[in-house]
Amino acid sequence: MAVMTYLEALRQGMWEEMEKDDRVFLLGEDIGAYGGAFKVTAGFLEKFGEKRVIDTPISEAAIVGAAMGAALNGMRPVAEMQFIDFIACAFDQLTNMVSSTRWRWGASVPIVVRGPCGGGVHGGPFHSQNVEAYFFHTPGLKIVEPATAYDAKGLIKAAIRDDDPVLYFEHKFLYRRIKEDVPETDYVVPIGKAAMRREGGDVSIITYGAMVHTALEAASGLEADGIQAEVIDLRSLAPLDEEAILSSVAKTSRAIILHEDQRRGGIGGEIAAIIAEKAFEHLDGPIVRVASLDTPVPYSPALEEAFRPNAEKLSKAVRDLVAY
Amino acid sequence: MPSTPRRRAEAAATLEASSPPPPITTAQKKELLYWLKLNRALETRLANLFKQGRVLGGLYRSLGQEAISVGSGYALGPDDWYAPVIRNMGTCLVRGIPARILISQYMARSVPVGGRDNALHFGFLDKGMVSTISPLGGLVSVMAGVALGFKLRGERKVAMTYSGDGQTSTGAWHEGVNFAAAQKLPFVLFIENNGWAYSTPVAKQCKLKDLAGRAKAYGIPGEVVDGNDVLAVYEVTRAAVERARRGGGPTLIEAKTFRRLGHSEHDDARRYVPASCFEEWERKDPIDRHEKLLVGEGAVGREEISRLEKRIEAELDEAQEWAEACPPGDPATLLQGVFAEE
Repeated sequence: MAVMTYLEALRQGMWEEMEKDDRVFLLGEDIGAYGGAFKVTAGFLEKFGEKRVIDTPISEAAIVGAAMGAALNGMRPVAEMQFIDFIACAFDQLTNMVSSTRWRWGASVPIVVRGPCGGGVHGGPFHSQNVEAYFFHTPGLKIVEPATAYDAKGLIKAAIRDDDPVLYFEHKFLYRRIKEDVPETDYVVPIGKAAMRREGGDVSIITYGAMVHTALEAASGLEADGIQAEVIDLRSLAPLDEEAILSSVAKTSRAIILHEDQRRGGIGGEIAAIIAEKAFEHLDGPIVRVASLDTPVPYSPALEEAFRPNAEKLSKAVRDLVAY
Repeated sequence: MPSTPRRRAEAAATLEASSPPPPITTAQKKELLYWLKLNRALETRLANLFKQGRVLGGLYRSLGQEAISVGSGYALGPDDWYAPVIRNMGTCLVRGIPARILISQYMARSVPVGGRDNALHFGFLDKGMVSTISPLGGLVSVMAGVALGFKLRGERKVAMTYSGDGQTSTGAWHEGVNFAAAQKLPFVLFIENNGWAYSTPVAKQCKLKDLAGRAKAYGIPGEVVDGNDVLAVYEVTRAAVERARRGGGPTLIEAKTFRRLGHSEHDDARRYVPASCFEEWERKDPIDRHEKLLVGEGAVGREEISRLEKRIEAELDEAQEWAEACPPGDPATLLQGVFAEE
């Protein structure tokens, strides 16, 4: 075990997979000598060489396209989007080409497309987005978003070994802000399994990514009001761990879905629908979504604070629901 | 960049300055005639099936363009990979996809993809064939990625794909060409310039006289070839493939030709293409041309050609019978294969 940050754990996961499997290589913008915009790949060029750590032109569509071609040809590429906002430039490749391939003609596309998502660092409209909803709708893509250093390592390793395309969203707010003891050994966190972060009998807070920490902060505060909140960290968005969601709601009878992505069309709507369809008889109140406002992500601290969910906004939603 | 298509010897000489490859044999020329005629006969048969309502959706024929698919596909080595686009059935045939599989695909039968997608939207990795999709441009970087796989493993293999004239207007096309050039990948890209992107002529798509001129922007060779001369296509491809194999990087080849039908079977091109164009290009038919060449060389006689045509029809009768015996795609399997474990 060693104490490491979320970013260091992610880096170690990729490093181990590259040491273990010659088919794994990295491609992206400024990932080689520069080590990536956030230094996630610092040291990789020196260790693995130019062939396996490829600095590309600013061409997200070509990065994802070339990753797919190499994957068809037996490789295991890990493509970095410098900021996950730029994945929109590869939208056609992901939603038409990559995602449909196995279903259409049976070929495996084992690629990982990873990159920093999320706000809280005053990056403005194009360096702060959460893009999961665009891809959540597309059959054939897996999506993961770790909230802890342990999961950052275990999920990147699982993603690289997966035979399907995996989008790996790493929250930039967490990169260096959280650290924990992480095993320096080989382990994976299975894709498709949620984690219980806090047990409680009064309300289920279903969330993922950086918002897991917001939920835990709110849950501690709510104890003073005698409210025991349960916090479910989804970890995988596609496939979703429906069983974990439904069994928690069956226990607490109240469901709050918390995400940093904007509210309208966010994946909270789908989770709410699943709960309504499959756990309706357990509910004591409406299914509540706590999410960002339906605007682009604002730049200034005051505006961004107003835009994003926080512990205070979440706590109010919990109290209102418990009092319903 | 020359505005007239290069003659085959000249085109080949530019790319293959060092060691000239052995000249094509008469037996190979006769094989090319077989593939050309098979390509056309198969598409003619599919058009008849389309009229009968037994081929559904889009049918995109290559009438008058067969020399490009056949000549280029014939130039690949046994372990090279390719991806056709919609008018490259000839490449598939030459590369070992049997006619029965193609007919079955167009009739939405259980083989090869059970009616999940249409036309040439399928692939066989064990035969080095990657599927195309309808949004244009993205396939270029996918095939560049296949070439990257060869390069990373140090294998002397080549990836080849095609684009129409219209596709060269997409951003994804340019990203893909630039990526392949920057990485110096073993990659060959055709621009099959048939003059029309659906109903839009090339002159309305861009200001270049030769689309091969786009290569200049990426620092790679751009070749113009007469797309109705199967031997010229074969030779220019062979030179580009060998150059790629030796580590010389990608080549862009513009094959000039003409689309003698509509974009798809439903579309009547005579509504928007000047009639004189059809007459002109019918006279330039690539199959007639190759046939005349072989007859002139004394390589085949009229009787042998007639036997060849009968043989092809018999092969296709058998292929169609096989395809029709395949069951249609089964809706009960629809949920399978979205992910590996399903």
